[in-house]
Amino acid sequence: MPIRIQEGDFNLSTEIAALRKGDPRVGAVVTFLGTVRDMNDGSSVKGMTLEHYPGMTEKALQDILDQAKARWDIYQSLVIHRVGLLLPEDQIVMVVVTSAHRGEAFAACEFIMDYLKTAAPFWKKEDTPEGGRWVDARVTDETAMSRWEKK
Amino acid sequence: MKLELKFFASLREALKVSEEKITIPSSVKTIADLRIHLFERGGVWAEVLANGKSLRCALNHQMVDPSTPLQEGAEVAFFPPVTGG
Repeated sequence: MPIRIQEGDFNLSTEIAALRKGDPRVGAVVTFLGTVRDMNDGSSVKGMTLEHYPGMTEKALQDILDQAKARWDIYQSLVIHRVGLLLPEDQIVMVVVTSAHRGEAFAACEFIMDYLKTAAPFWKKEDTPEGGRWVDARVTDETAMSRWEKK
Repeated sequence: MKLELKFFASLREALKVSEEKITIPSSVKTIADLRIHLFERGGVWAEVLANGKSLRCALNHQMVDPSTPLQEGAEVAFFPPVTGG
């Protein structure tokens, strides 16, 4: 499955190997890995809980992968996103894109992450010394997504 | 019209409800109408659904604009801007 929402951790090497296995057309694999920081908006973060909208999340991510496939000459793509309780340094999300050449794979991978940040229904609640707080959406994420609309 | 409502993240916490089945009067035709209809419950509903609060809405798992018409039996979700990744 090119989309997985799961509580458990994932292994980048295993996932990349599985994605490109048996496809000798592939000459470039681009991976993005998102991890939990211990600091956000001036507060230390002890951990966070990720919530999502089961049913919609999978459709939103599939739609993003379909759009990437339509725009760039890529072969395979994969998104794994974790939910539940995560601690600093934990892996949160990985995106992998395979292509013949790196340019297409880099662009598609960045596009997928930018769209995921604004269109996929996930929400983070941080555990800070001041108590639990829902993370606010960033204007910079909207800006990052909107630049893809001009091209 | 019958709808299934869902609430997520800070909305779910504030309203203390994650889902609800509801029958709406025929005057409630769009997502924006539905937001006002729920706002009129008052109390915490009025607080979290007030104009100016940054909210997103999905109709049958698709992100939609406030002007989108409701459909019989639809699943309608309200939530804050997303923060995954």
